[in-house]
Amino acid sequence: MSRRFHALAGLAFGLFVTFMALTGAVLSVQPALETLAAHSPLGGETVAALADKVTAALPGVDRIVRSASGQVVAYYLADGKHQAAIVDPASGAVVGPYQPSAFFSFFTELHRSLFFGDAGRAVAGVAALVMLALAVSGMLLLIRRLGGIRQLFARGRGTFPQRFHADLARFAVVVLALTALSGGYMSARTFGFVPDGQSDIFALPVSGSGGAAAPVATLSGLRAAHVADLRELDLPAADDTAGVFTLKTHQGENAIDPATGAVLSTTPVRGWAAVYEMVYMLHTGQGLWWLGLILGLGALSVPVLAVTGLWIYAVRQGQRPRFGANVSATGADLVVLVGSEGQTTWGFATAFAEAATAAGRKVHLGAMTDVRRSYPRAGLMVVMTATYGDGDAPASASRFLDRLRKWGKAPVAAVAILGFGDRSFPQYCAYADQVADRLSALGATPAVPYFTIDRQSPQRFADWGRTLAPALGVPLALVHTPKHPKTQTLELVERLDYGVDVQAPTSILSFKAAAGSLKGFEVGDLIGILPPGHGAPRYYSLASRAADGVVEIAVRKQAGGLCSVYLTALKPGDRIEGFFRPNTDFRPQPSSKPLILIGAGTGIAPLAGLVRHNRRKRPMHVFFGGRDPQSDFLYRSDFDAAYQSGRLASLTTAFSRVGKGGYVQDRVSASADSLRAMIEDGASIVVCGGLDMAKGVREALEAVIVPLGIDLDSLKRSGRYLEDAY
Amino acid sequence: MKKFAALLLLATALATPAMAREVKINVDLVNYSGRAAYLAVYLTKADGNFEKTLWLAGSKPRYLGDLRGWLMAASSAGTIQIDGVTGASVGGGQTLAISADLADSMIDAGYTIHVETAVEDQGRYPDDATLQVVSTGGSAAGTGYVKTLTVSL
Repeated sequence: MSRRFHALAGLAFGLFVTFMALTGAVLSVQPALETLAAHSPLGGETVAALADKVTAALPGVDRIVRSASGQVVAYYLADGKHQAAIVDPASGAVVGPYQPSAFFSFFTELHRSLFFGDAGRAVAGVAALVMLALAVSGMLLLIRRLGGIRQLFARGRGTFPQRFHADLARFAVVVLALTALSGGYMSARTFGFVPDGQSDIFALPVSGSGGAAAPVATLSGLRAAHVADLRELDLPAADDTAGVFTLKTHQGENAIDPATGAVLSTTPVRGWAAVYEMVYMLHTGQGLWWLGLILGLGALSVPVLAVTGLWIYAVRQGQRPRFGANVSATGADLVVLVGSEGQTTWGFATAFAEAATAAGRKVHLGAMTDVRRSYPRAGLMVVMTATYGDGDAPASASRFLDRLRKWGKAPVAAVAILGFGDRSFPQYCAYADQVADRLSALGATPAVPYFTIDRQSPQRFADWGRTLAPALGVPLALVHTPKHPKTQTLELVERLDYGVDVQAPTSILSFKAAAGSLKGFEVGDLIGILPPGHGAPRYYSLASRAADGVVEIAVRKQAGGLCSVYLTALKPGDRIEGFFRPNTDFRPQPSSKPLILIGAGTGIAPLAGLVRHNRRKRPMHVFFGGRDPQSDFLYRSDFDAAYQSGRLASLTTAFSRVGKGGYVQDRVSASADSLRAMIEDGASIVVCGGLDMAKGVREALEAVIVPLGIDLDSLKRSGRYLEDAY
Repeated sequence: MKKFAALLLLATALATPAMAREVKINVDLVNYSGRAAYLAVYLTKADGNFEKTLWLAGSKPRYLGDLRGWLMAASSAGTIQIDGVTGASVGGGQTLAISADLADSMIDAGYTIHVETAVEDQGRYPDDATLQVVSTGGSAAGTGYVKTLTVSL
């Protein structure tokens, strides 16, 4: 809900809020510029001394104004013309003529009313409200996305525009919310929605004693006030016997008798008027020039947020597939409900709905949140859902569980639940688990066992389809691959074979671009490879980066593994189709702290790539697990060379089939003391390998860091524990 | 001395003098930059005492307090009466054109039209321009935001 609100509000008002932000950013430098021009710093100079000097220099002076930024301007009559001069606040010397800045006047009016009077002011007020709503809804989204308010400063996740948008917003939101709140308050005050603390009836001026005017410098009422507190001083006209000095300071307004110097009346600034002055300062930076600059910088984030927001929206729209053959909820014999945060799960659901339709079923496809109390003709309800953040419902499933709880029954007696998730996160398919539990508690019968799909695996999806086909009574061939970028043709230039003797045939393959150059991938990113004649890609971690001019991967030949069999059969000169996918959550943060790299089997490839590119000689400690050093010690010579040149600090190996055997996690446990010291010192950890190995390493590491009072989840949130398990 | 809030009395229907003339008053403002100006146009007697308010440009009463010269003069006459003589503020380079009915007895009798101006965050000029009411009309240069004050009968 708040996502849709955030997107629609951003789309509808993005351009306008950007306009307000940019004009505001221009105005934000004004206080700093004026402060620079305000000359001498102030000591304890009194208003009496200042007025005395100004009166002497400019005999016709009738008003002295000190702006919030400290600039003092004297208004005086000379040669029949009213004129204004800038005055040094400390010495009272005339610095030069004063001319209000036409530039800032123009932008001020543009910013607050667009030159459309009250209508323009109303529009500007709406812009402030929209900005506030965007800031609040955006933060709620981010908190939900990251899985709780305590994780608000955890590492961002998602695609490049998503991370950019969220990271920038995290820093800018305080400034944007402050600007929007204060701007909204000022607008509300203009339109009388909040009291302004001023009487609608103006006050009558005070009359003086009428005595002969004393020298300005002697007036006690003016001597008691410091220039630092001065706002404005109105001087009585020479021929006005009843006139008084009107002195405005931060505290209020005093009327001072020109003959006696007595304070005739005092009107303090308080209540709503004082609130307004504070809000005005917070919005404009007038009187706090550095705040003005911060506000201006924050405002500059708005156009960037607008563009990245639009980008995210466009990508999401582009991903959402269309299902043309949708049948109504009452007419369908098969109901498919989708819980999706992005659009990936929709893609799988649409592929399933199309396949079932092609097999003759009447399919209703809809969002989980729109679930109905019953589907009269449906024999099966399929629920396909992702998990959001810390086990929450994804956007399109927000009300699903609440509705089921309210009705106390399952809408369809037979259900099939398919969870989508990423095993590298602790809450893998947690929401799908809840849905399965709830439906089971409500007495729904699973048509097929609860099933999960890790990282959009098309293979798992096809497997699920085969499992489900008997229950549906139709043959079901599910082929769905989330959209991937255009492939590039790559040519094999080198292959190194390992592990044949230990029944783990593994090859390190190096490709070059068949045409053009390689672009846009780092060590640890993924290459998707499409075996000929199959739509589903297999992903491999890269041991090289684009700048190397080589694509290097390690492939273990799996019995019956379509892609691995295809790849390990390649000969130099053979060509394949592949595309690159960033794996940004698997990039260690740049740092001089140690990096602990733990991998087994082919999982060592990206870690070896990190070591190879360790030009800054960050202390890198590699833990490698294999079967036999004589057969599958991948990257052995690489590690030797890296150790000689200082790019590798240490290498610890575990070979399960020689000597005492053991796995890499056993070596982690054995090195507990040194690892703990490094982690305490700020080291990061990168783990790559099979699921079982990753699980073993996690358990070993948890035991290592327990004495430090932290856990892997907190390391993960701060970006110091990266894992790629398959 | 205590400060009094002025009472805004409802317009009192005044008996129209037997002989009155329509006087056209044009106030041309100089082309300054900044927000629109508040103006007070008022009439004083030959002895300098306040006669009446002819026009107030600027509709929000609280800002009228910035027109101190007019406020002082008008308040000295007892009550301040602004109903029916207010309009929008006037921007730089624009002209305020008003007309007022003045009794014949006020013409060529030393009565003076005063124009006071004030601009937010900028200058405030109590007697920006003044001109005596004479049967031949006339014009006067302003000292602040007023470029020219023109009176024609």
